[in-house]
Amino acid sequence: MKFAVIQFPGSSCDLDLYHAVKDVLGEEAEYVHHHETDLSGYDAILLPGGASYGDAVRAGALARTTPVMEAIIRAAEEGKPVLGVGNGFQILTEAGLLPGAFLKNRDQKFICRTVKVQVVNNRTPFTSEYTEGEELNIPIAHGEGNFYCDEETYVQLKENNQIVFVYSDGNPDGSVGDIAGLVSEKGNVLGMMPHPERAAESILGSEDGLNVFKSIVNEWRESHANQA
Amino acid sequence: MKKANVYVTLRESVIDPQGTAAINVLHAKGHDNVKDVRIGKYIELTIEDTGQDLDTAVREMCEKLFVNTNVEDYRYEVLEVEEA
Repeated sequence: MKFAVIQFPGSSCDLDLYHAVKDVLGEEAEYVHHHETDLSGYDAILLPGGASYGDAVRAGALARTTPVMEAIIRAAEEGKPVLGVGNGFQILTEAGLLPGAFLKNRDQKFICRTVKVQVVNNRTPFTSEYTEGEELNIPIAHGEGNFYCDEETYVQLKENNQIVFVYSDGNPDGSVGDIAGLVSEKGNVLGMMPHPERAAESILGSEDGLNVFKSIVNEWRESHANQA
Repeated sequence: MKKANVYVTLRESVIDPQGTAAINVLHAKGHDNVKDVRIGKYIELTIEDTGQDLDTAVREMCEKLFVNTNVEDYRYEVLEVEEA
């Protein structure tokens, strides 16, 4: 399985994502420049964290105007798994691939620490290796991670089971409904603020994030075994 | 030349974390009569006047770049500026 790790100017978790899928899981991975317009050779797209364009205007606002975004939108429409972590999640909301928007953290501070995250929905291509209700230790690292959507959108997200991860031991940033991660209506686009790639090996203090990538790989293998 | 001044603020329904922090400080400093603080962004655009419809252009710039209408509102004014 071949992963594209998108690199925007200011991305900083690209190497960590690459390491998780390539070195830890042994899958193929390539860095892809933000001017690339063709992602047809990749099976899954990863949007890294960091601060693309220095978070100018708003986090993710400039990254969504880059040429690669059109290709990412096409990949999402084709049903390929698209995962955005941290700033990647912010970019996906800016691009309209996921609902809502991000505000500055409730307490104004940049927060970088491991938090408890609960798996609310394990019936997605990103969480099938988890059990429902499982509690994970995964770090967050964000200053604008305060997810906001209006009441109507929140009700819809709940009804459609789009909320995948919630903060389960206190809400660190003020996010509506304790939301830490959500999928698109079709389920093949996931945005999450916790960084699973920073919890993908025991040497990092937690392996709880690795199943996000394992799920993507296993789901892809299963769907391709059926096709063969 | 024309100048468009754009004011971006968080929508009324959205809690403003910066404003909340600021009002607490103002109250601590004795400014008890301050009832609300909304902190936003101010953007100045200097635009060559080619006779195009600036309202449409400014609105497009706001909605495609400067403003996230999920959480923000904006207003703007277009002014004539003297050539330097």
